[in-house]
Amino acid sequence: MPAKPKVAFFDFAGCEGDQLQVANLEERLLDLVSHIDIVRFREIKTEKRDNYDIAFVEGSITRPEDEPRIREIRENAKILVAIGACATIGGINCLKNFINESEYKATVYGDFSRWYSTYAARPVSAVVKVDMDIHGCPIDKNEFARAVKELLLGKIYSPPKYPVCVECKMAGNICRFEQGRLCLGIVTRAGCGACCVNEGSVCWGCRGIAPDANMDAAGQVMDEHGFTWLEAQDHLRLYFGCNINKL
Amino acid sequence: MTREKPEKQTPVKNPQPAPGAEPSGPKTLKVKHLTRVEGHGNIIVELDAENQVRDCKWHVVEAPRFFEAMVQGRPYEDIHHIVSRICGICSIGHQLCSIQATEDAFGLNVSEQTLDLRKLALHAENMQSHLLHIGYLVLPDLLGVDSVLPLAQTHKDELVNLISCRRVANEFSSLICGRTTHPQRLIPGGMELIPNQDELTGLQAKLYESLDRMDKIVDLFAALSDKWPDFNRPTEYVALVSPTEYALYSGEIGSSKDINRPAQLYQQITNEYCVPQSTAKWAKNTGDSYLVGALARFNLNHRLLSPGARKAADKLGLKAPAHNPFFNTVAQLVECVHSAEDSLEIISRLLSRGLKDEKPARIKVKAGKGVGAIEVPRGILIHSYEYNHEGRIVTADCVIPTNQNHANIQMDMNAMRPMLSGLEPEAIELRLSMLVRGYDPCISCSTHLIDVTGAPKDSLVKFVRV
Repeated sequence: MPAKPKVAFFDFAGCEGDQLQVANLEERLLDLVSHIDIVRFREIKTEKRDNYDIAFVEGSITRPEDEPRIREIRENAKILVAIGACATIGGINCLKNFINESEYKATVYGDFSRWYSTYAARPVSAVVKVDMDIHGCPIDKNEFARAVKELLLGKIYSPPKYPVCVECKMAGNICRFEQGRLCLGIVTRAGCGACCVNEGSVCWGCRGIAPDANMDAAGQVMDEHGFTWLEAQDHLRLYFGCNINKL
Repeated sequence: MTREKPEKQTPVKNPQPAPGAEPSGPKTLKVKHLTRVEGHGNIIVELDAENQVRDCKWHVVEAPRFFEAMVQGRPYEDIHHIVSRICGICSIGHQLCSIQATEDAFGLNVSEQTLDLRKLALHAENMQSHLLHIGYLVLPDLLGVDSVLPLAQTHKDELVNLISCRRVANEFSSLICGRTTHPQRLIPGGMELIPNQDELTGLQAKLYESLDRMDKIVDLFAALSDKWPDFNRPTEYVALVSPTEYALYSGEIGSSKDINRPAQLYQQITNEYCVPQSTAKWAKNTGDSYLVGALARFNLNHRLLSPGARKAADKLGLKAPAHNPFFNTVAQLVECVHSAEDSLEIISRLLSRGLKDEKPARIKVKAGKGVGAIEVPRGILIHSYEYNHEGRIVTADCVIPTNQNHANIQMDMNAMRPMLSGLEPEAIELRLSMLVRGYDPCISCSTHLIDVTGAPKDSLVKFVRV
């Protein structure tokens, strides 16, 4: 990796909210560009070059034609980083994976559905090797800055393996299950500081299933608190769609 | 949008070419994946040998995401959370509009305090989105650079000023909504959490400070006013209107050429029609196209702007009715000042009344339909839902601002043709890119309603169809 690596941003199916978090670094973005050379960032920059060391990729793979494009990015980049839930775990796009393909295509496109190529939404890692994940929907700009800093130091940032519950307890929140609300903090990968629970909401699971998560125990907790199968499914499908066969 | 989504460096194939629309002329100019806009769109220009513009077209090539199908059967508590993900930049607007539609369906009214907080949330989003567009996306064109980054060397003070302003807008959204993008506090019935007295007082100070900073941005743009192309094309302007305020959170749907209608009758205004060059339906009301967004709001509601905003408009030379679409950016700047001033007024009202620790209203679900209509940064946004007796979505429909502008963008391009002829290709490309960019299109949003069947005439944008 050169001293001042060339960095490019790409997006597939997604809302571009993760790249927005990078723009939202405000003054720190200027600090950052003194250490990296941004060669491609369509959302804020016109000039583009295909010579880059690090590629940040946002969004899910949802069409056959996405595959050659992501493969080319993989070939060009020394390091490929997936940013945001759509890229790291498939995200909200995977909600459509639970609907019959011909049905949702016909629902949206009617008789013209044959014009549109689409298939089940998948994370970037389903197609090419991903070197580093920055989780969240959207990503946390501070975590992004930290991950870039580690990259510049020649390291790969790895998010915590334990679930959000750990951070939520440290933040001093009342357990949502005690309040009668279904919360996925018990199985979701930590690193966000339980930001949604801190704001009065529940954990929605946007950072994906924690590697150490105990799904059986989670099922028991949901049972004990009287949640129905349908309620559990509503929550689990929201972000865990691509891992649902593990549940 | 088009149904074909070209990858970079693959030739554009128009899947359903209008007769003679494909590159038959000597030269075709393609701006593939227009930069400094949200989402993916292309501009295709055909030139003859003398650089006379024969045709220019605006294509949208965003990947479809099927939100229409995704919300079917989901419970009402999740809907605003899901539709928020349509767009990272207008996530607050999508959430508020969704919540409005849900509350309308269940016949729920929220407290005055909640209304004030929601208005603040909308102002905050307006400021953060507008400043992003004004400063990061448009300003580089006026100063002849490719992005905002080189300005750190050439226009340091102006850039730092702009960034500080935008930082305040972002802090403002986090303080009210919990986060700047896909926030968690806004829910049907009220707020999960409300800011405290000290936070609001702190915000007041920051907004006052940012008014001074905005003054400098206004001066900067006033000095650059000769950079806007001299182009006027009167069209129909559509925006929410209200007799009592510069309508953003609520109002009737107003038009410069038509009567006002309640939001429930939105389909009478957003009449859709099909065009061969695009799978996105276009919208028209009384004319061939209409315009939504800051310029439409300014043209219809300028009398209700705050005093500072009116002063800014004078300084910038913006007078209603303004028919130059490039002035949309200028109108956004005027709205930023209005949002800051109106927010200050709302905050002092909240503080003088004293913040109440309200819990969200209890929701009794019932089967029914509801419509929400909100002015988001890029124009009027409408969500319409039908719920079943369990509070799960049966059908949903969403009319996105950028979709309502696609036809107007194309009409502007047609009208600009004589102005472009004879210019160098780079100049043509820049001029057209600036035009589209000026609309601040949010293409990720606009792509959720592809329907070329022409069969059902009931709505512009099929966001969700069952």
